[in-house]
Amino acid sequence: MRIQEHPILEFQHEEEISFTFEGQVLKGFEGEPIAAALLASGIKVLRKSPELNRPRGFFCAIGNCSSCLMEVNGKPNVRVCVEPLRAGMIVRMQEGKGNFA
Amino acid sequence: MKETQIAVIGGGPAGLCAALKAADQGVKVFIFDREPRLGGQLIKQTHKFFGSQEHRAGVRGIKIAGELEEKTQNHENISIFLNTTVIGIYEDHVLTALQNEKYIKIKFQKLIIATGAAEKMLPFENNDLPGIYGAGAVQTLMNVYGVLPGKKAVMVGAGNIGLIVSYQMLQAGINVLAVIDALPKIGGYLVHASKIARIGVPILTRHTIIRATGKEFVEGAVIAAVDENWEPVPGTERTYDCDIICLAVGLSPLIELLYLTKCEMVHVPSMGGRVPTRNIFGETTSAGVFVSGDAAGVEEASAAMMEGYISGLAAAKSLNADIPDFDKEFRYYLGQLSALRSGEVGEKIRKGLDRVLWQH
Repeated sequence: MRIQEHPILEFQHEEEISFTFEGQVLKGFEGEPIAAALLASGIKVLRKSPELNRPRGFFCAIGNCSSCLMEVNGKPNVRVCVEPLRAGMIVRMQEGKGNFA
Repeated sequence: MKETQIAVIGGGPAGLCAALKAADQGVKVFIFDREPRLGGQLIKQTHKFFGSQEHRAGVRGIKIAGELEEKTQNHENISIFLNTTVIGIYEDHVLTALQNEKYIKIKFQKLIIATGAAEKMLPFENNDLPGIYGAGAVQTLMNVYGVLPGKKAVMVGAGNIGLIVSYQMLQAGINVLAVIDALPKIGGYLVHASKIARIGVPILTRHTIIRATGKEFVEGAVIAAVDENWEPVPGTERTYDCDIICLAVGLSPLIELLYLTKCEMVHVPSMGGRVPTRNIFGETTSAGVFVSGDAAGVEEASAAMMEGYISGLAAAKSLNADIPDFDKEFRYYLGQLSALRSGEVGEKIRKGLDRVLWQH
């Protein structure tokens, strides 16, 4: 969900673009963190923990906590809370500790 | 290998002020930040600052970030390295970093570490479920990117961050069901507490979170009252249906890079964890390595800026920069810091500083 109206802020977005999450085509704004675009589309579970298979989501937003590691364009362990979204990105929930595609 | 006189790690309020102050003395400065933009956590702080005019009272954090960023970008003595994560610091005054995934080496004479802090976690059942966020993360998501993390929230922590972010969630259209804190009284400023209390948000002191419910993501928060020994009181459990549990339970200094310099560190709980000992200029036991801002002990952005000015000034002076007004400027910023740390709210910091500042 995106904020439609705010009492003190106006949000300036770059171009709206498409990307895929687990094969599903989603929209987001160029340059915003990948995690912001996913949350805006209601995606909360970003990966499963390597050992206990517990769901993991967005947590710190500063690239510090490792909760949001995902596979982006075949590269594992990308911190999607700080990685800017680009058109055509292929975003996936990585398996375990991640493999290079 | 590129060379600089001063390397500043961290482009938040402390690092930017340190870089600007040193650069103003004619010293060449490189500033490094792992993020794609300068400003650190100021970029999400939509609330107005407190204090006196010198502390930018009444000005929103996002505006201060913009001003500092512009000055830094336009300063002829400053080179900015964004998307650059410093990963190594060596005894021969070389640091290594990943710049857009390329490995670079920089030779420096003085180093100012202003890496900030990270949010603390709280132990409770299911605390790893998606939907449990650091308060600062929610602030970034809403205020910088205009995205809502959910619809209904429980805030854990009634310090200033918990209160301010609760108000900002309300501004963004999120229903804040309650703010809870295990302490017997509200830790943050009354003005922030009043703003959300007036809207009707209950602030429950002496309450803690017992567990989050939900399988794939948060669907509720179970809270309970706690007694004098911080133990949950049986029979007081209640459940809020919510999809956001926001944690505002303090910050820890980001000290990994300080450790690389082998400076002396002490554990001071009131400053957020382990912090370096230093002199009044922020210089640590590693010669030529300064610290400022939250990495030196968690306070707030105004104090971080004053510490940044002081270490920038002192680092430039130690390079023999000609600073005729050094004493006057130094005393001015020191006076500003004392004012920020005065009174009841500053007591924890003052006591902490007694343990980390070398006596003269």
